[in-house]
Amino acid sequence: MNIIVAIKHIPSIADDLPVNGSNLDFDSVDFVLNEFDEQSIEQAVLVKEASGGTVTVVGVDLIGELDNVLHLALAKGADKAVKITADDPGADSHQQAGWLAEAIRDMSPDIVFTGVQASNDLDGQIGPMLAARLDLPYIGGVSSVDVVDGAATVNKEFAGGVGAKYAVSLPVVVGVQAASKPPRYAPISKVRQIAQTAAIGKVAPSGDGAGAGLAFKKMAPPVAAGHAKMFTGSPKEVAAQIVELLKGRGLA
Amino acid sequence: MAVKYQKAIAIEKEQAVVDGMDISGHWNRMFEQRVIFEYTPELIEKVASISEAESFANCYQCAKCVAVCPVDVVGNYGPRKLYRYAQTGLDLTEAPELWLCTTCANCLRVCPKEVNMVKIMPATREQAILDGKFVPSELQQAFEATANTGNPLGQPQRKREAWVQNAGVDVPVLRDLGRPVDVLWYVGSYPSYHPRGMDAASAAARIFTALGIDFAILGKEEKDDADSQRLAGEKGLFEMMAEYNIETFNKYEWNEMVVTGPHELNAFKNVYPKYGFERPVVHYTTFLARHLDRLKPLLKHPVNKKITYHDPCYLGRHNGEYEAPRQLLEAIPGVELVEMARNRQNGYCCGGGGGGMWMDSFTAKHTTMRLSEKRAMEAASTGADVLAVACPFEVSRFEDAVKSTGNEHVGVLDILELLDKSMRGE
Repeated sequence: MNIIVAIKHIPSIADDLPVNGSNLDFDSVDFVLNEFDEQSIEQAVLVKEASGGTVTVVGVDLIGELDNVLHLALAKGADKAVKITADDPGADSHQQAGWLAEAIRDMSPDIVFTGVQASNDLDGQIGPMLAARLDLPYIGGVSSVDVVDGAATVNKEFAGGVGAKYAVSLPVVVGVQAASKPPRYAPISKVRQIAQTAAIGKVAPSGDGAGAGLAFKKMAPPVAAGHAKMFTGSPKEVAAQIVELLKGRGLA
Repeated sequence: MAVKYQKAIAIEKEQAVVDGMDISGHWNRMFEQRVIFEYTPELIEKVASISEAESFANCYQCAKCVAVCPVDVVGNYGPRKLYRYAQTGLDLTEAPELWLCTTCANCLRVCPKEVNMVKIMPATREQAILDGKFVPSELQQAFEATANTGNPLGQPQRKREAWVQNAGVDVPVLRDLGRPVDVLWYVGSYPSYHPRGMDAASAAARIFTALGIDFAILGKEEKDDADSQRLAGEKGLFEMMAEYNIETFNKYEWNEMVVTGPHELNAFKNVYPKYGFERPVVHYTTFLARHLDRLKPLLKHPVNKKITYHDPCYLGRHNGEYEAPRQLLEAIPGVELVEMARNRQNGYCCGGGGGGMWMDSFTAKHTTMRLSEKRAMEAASTGADVLAVACPFEVSRFEDAVKSTGNEHVGVLDILELLDKSMRGE
């Protein structure tokens, strides 16, 4: 089975995001692997371990630092890694999906895993766009995948704690919400060893590189406005204050 | 997991007649061979065959270790018990017991056979990690944060020196200074990022300044020492961090390194030499005690408190410093120093060592209370107003513990903060 994982390298939100006029200041922000892609890599490796096959991880190299992420994926059980050398930190989901689709089409995938979303999905998620470009079905919000005899059984999560089990024929694109097990730990000694020996495939971006067509006028951190009002006193006094407030706002 | 205990079943004969005498009853049990449960040396050998973990097999079950094991006080643990568990079916490489040891070294102190858990545990954990066995998820996060951000808290590297803005004194950074310094102060991750750690860091900066020490910090170039990650089994991560740190330390000219934390002291003084770093390193208590004559006149304001001091395992047992912290506390006017029953060589562990700092929820599931809670109760029982500490792991651990055990009246302060209070009268 040919298992592909399409990943996204995204600006870290561990720190305040530096803004430079109409976009992020990409020179002073760290890039990290999208957290849902960590789940998606784990699910892909679990499927490989249960049903056989090879796992190839593919991502767009936006700032020339994707190797670290790919080494980690290889240490966690992926077999091959490919980077699309775009060198454009501002590439949006549409552009990345276009490049990924071109690279993945040639790999004749049986199943394509993506993280269900990413924190910078301003113009939509990679998974459905990739499916549309590859002309494959898509199923998102997925929390487990089992493949038996060329067909997949997929658990999908809905709101309110509701879940459903789907029988899915391959090939398919899957948007992983959470892997069926927590992502495994890759020891640093293994990651470093792989970093020295692994060959990472390089592909130039090809095909329709059109973005979503969004034009940024201005980007700024949200301004903190207003604050919570804390009432004090006995429950009766507090209740009276709440009633007053609601009356004052024309709500009671 | 295999059955841990298979209790010995004594066979009692319904009717036992020996030399014509009827001795039926429970006392006849010694007349039949007791059925001893089966045990195997294989699982002991599995641990002892790991490089550095060989001494596991030395145990002859005297149990001196159990009496001093801090985990046994709040659970059912201790090196002797681990040996026995292994004998009766426990595979340590897959058991929760693998992650409970804090490497406090009190067992090693009393062990007549030199069973060395400070080596056994890291080596066995490393093997478990390399084999893809269970790793507590909290610990996994701390490892990943250290590898990705340079500190176990997962804080951005560029904010590592942000605390200096609130220190109230100028804190020189080596890369801006452009000249050699006498003292390189390695601040450490918790003093750099944890709110209560920053209080201690700011206090240290004010004390060093008042003493006229020619010091500087590494600021954004400083990364975690990773000693506790090593003890938790991530040797590869430790080596990666050590390589970076040694290169960074050697970039600058300085005479002596002062560290805020005992774990950093242990790393730089005892472990980094194996990686080629051999320069003088001291803990701040040792350093300040050396300057006591000049420090004393600065301690103008009395701190009228009854204070008990908790010996950090990695300052005391691992590095033999018991007196300097006490000298500093006794130098503060107004302080009455009282000792907890377990002190100095027999000091109780706060639970933070050996990776315990990042396994609090996991450990809590396998013990009756946190080690820090046990210690907070011991501190409170002395009648002390303040539990004084000298390790950056401890302030947050004990502040939580005094609250959760209903001892909020006991304040938790780093010795640096107490000295600073006396210096500034706050």
